[in-house]
Amino acid sequence: MNAYLKRLIWPLAVLVTLIVVNIAQTGFDFIVPSVHDGRLGGAFVNILRNSVPLLLIALGMTLVIATKGIDLSVGAVYAIGAAIACQWIIDRDQSAFGTILTAVILALLVAAVIGAWNGAMVAYFGVQPIVATLILMIAGRGIAQLITGGQIPSVSDSTPFVELGRGAIATIPVPIVIGVLVFAVLALLTRTTALGMLLEAVGGNPAASRLAGIRSKGITILAYLVCGFCAGLAGLIGAANLGSADANNGGLWIELDAILAVVIGGTALIGGRFFLLGTVIGVAIIETLNVTIINVGLSSQWQFTAKAIVVFVVAVLQSPEFRAWLLKPFRRPDGGEPAPEPADDKEALAK
Amino acid sequence: MSTTVTERPSRTTLFDGLGRYIPIGVTVALLIVMYLGGIAAFPRFSSPQVIASLFIDNAALLIIAVGMTFVILSGGIDLSVGSMMAFSTMSIAALTVDLGVPAEVAVAAVLAFGTLSGLFTGAVIHYFNVQPFIATLAGLFLYRGLTLQLSDHDVSMRDIAFFDWGMLRMDFAGGQRDGGFSLPNISFIALAVVIVAFIVLHYTRFGRGVYAVGGSESSALLMGLPVARTKVGVYAVSGFCAALGGVVAAYYTKSANPLAGVGLELDAIAAVVIGGTILTGGTGFVLGTVAGVMVMGLLTTLIAFQGDLSSWWARIVVGVLLLAFILLQRFLSRSGEKRRT
Repeated sequence: MNAYLKRLIWPLAVLVTLIVVNIAQTGFDFIVPSVHDGRLGGAFVNILRNSVPLLLIALGMTLVIATKGIDLSVGAVYAIGAAIACQWIIDRDQSAFGTILTAVILALLVAAVIGAWNGAMVAYFGVQPIVATLILMIAGRGIAQLITGGQIPSVSDSTPFVELGRGAIATIPVPIVIGVLVFAVLALLTRTTALGMLLEAVGGNPAASRLAGIRSKGITILAYLVCGFCAGLAGLIGAANLGSADANNGGLWIELDAILAVVIGGTALIGGRFFLLGTVIGVAIIETLNVTIINVGLSSQWQFTAKAIVVFVVAVLQSPEFRAWLLKPFRRPDGGEPAPEPADDKEALAK
Repeated sequence: MSTTVTERPSRTTLFDGLGRYIPIGVTVALLIVMYLGGIAAFPRFSSPQVIASLFIDNAALLIIAVGMTFVILSGGIDLSVGSMMAFSTMSIAALTVDLGVPAEVAVAAVLAFGTLSGLFTGAVIHYFNVQPFIATLAGLFLYRGLTLQLSDHDVSMRDIAFFDWGMLRMDFAGGQRDGGFSLPNISFIALAVVIVAFIVLHYTRFGRGVYAVGGSESSALLMGLPVARTKVGVYAVSGFCAALGGVVAAYYTKSANPLAGVGLELDAIAAVVIGGTILTGGTGFVLGTVAGVMVMGLLTTLIAFQGDLSSWWARIVVGVLLLAFILLQRFLSRSGEKRRT
């Protein structure tokens, strides 16, 4: 548990710094939530609310990366989920609760099936995860456009569907409730049952874990299935928030942001370990960073550049070779490659 | 248990050494089927200009896909090419239109920058052992951000005479009117890149090193091959090709669009895979990449000729083709493993 907390210290420090910068720029209104029309508002609550689609996808991505995989298709699945739900609703009685329920279930089902398909490609056909999910990353948006017929279906503002993105339960915005629920379920499933350990075992060494009696193929498929499901759910929330589904631009590049959030949170891409809470902090950092850039008076074009710097710094700091190179002037060359221990990590970061 | 499988196959067949040509053979067959199908369905499809247009509209993609072939053959991947292309075009526009720098200097500067940027990425990947996916992801964000900072709207380069050269056409077999075809200079640039890449990959030490590193990096290292130079070199090649793609795009449209080339890296990767190069590296041909680009271009042309089909079908078909080729490659490499053991 101690090592776990140490891992989270640096991402947390970055997040707190960003929040402090924002408070310095815009005052304490930034962090203090206010209540408007029976639901929580305020700058930081809005950041959290808008970050839920990315959070859901990043949580799913964390499980996939734990199995040494990667899922590039989540942005396309987001678009497909949004397209199915909106298209289903506008073709039927928009205010009927049954219609909404069917649309949501249908979209989530399709998203889960797509995820399972990705998992099966990886587990049974032995295709590299990047390649297997690249297929749907390219074809997926085409499928979403096929569903919407090239249009952008807009649901009416009175349909209960939009509550998924704009509503509130006991003053807490619905997306935040969903995000917390999904996080809690995944955290409980992976940390109180053996599932988390099995995921890490599969990511560490699939062949060895199979010989140890773990059904590694089933575990791999499950991870991709959950990731697809989360991407579909994210698409529903995004579509409900906007009231429409844009097959071309909905969730564009969200897969890259999600991978970035996972990596910031301390889950290495080599698999075998994962930190769900770290991912949550990673998502908060990315979304707060976007707002910070505007608040300190830089143009929104800086968002890409800032993200590039974050990717680069995180990637390089996670590299044992870079840390050894940095520490070379301070350490006698003994030839031993430093193990990626949390303590070592902290030491390197401190330099 | 292993006694029965260790003996060598008793007879060699005609096709033993030809297994690596199967994917490219399938691609060429697909290309021929698509072309003949097009001729059968649309009378005007038989004009040679249809083929020539593939090398005009896809000149930038072809150049970038050739660079991507080097990277993928070495076992890596480069996600930054689309952003790099947009950044190059936008830099040329900013240098020539806003600052009045001579166009020749601007083009040379952009090509040098692309190469240096690739060198840097390659060095980070090799010496710090950062995954190519993450290192080039930083490039994807960085160059798109820099492009948008240079300008967030289209910049026209129509007034600069230098950029007229790119679309000057040369007639073949009597030109378009007499049943022949014509090609502009940008197509010759693209074809020159293909020829140079072919020679470098197959007839130079660097090229053979790319295949060796992609096949097995540790084996290449033990053989004494310059692994570091090769791995850094392929990203430099890819960076140069992406920048050249940007130059060609400047010639082609005579304007710079900050959102040009979004998702181009995926098209390039798809073209390379459809062309028979295996994404784990070590196997593939640069001429296969040409066939891959032609398949994707012909697909778009067919959809344009058909008229009723919407553009998103192109994406779906490319996805299905990718799936088919990846499964084919898996099947071939598995049967190859079985034969060897």
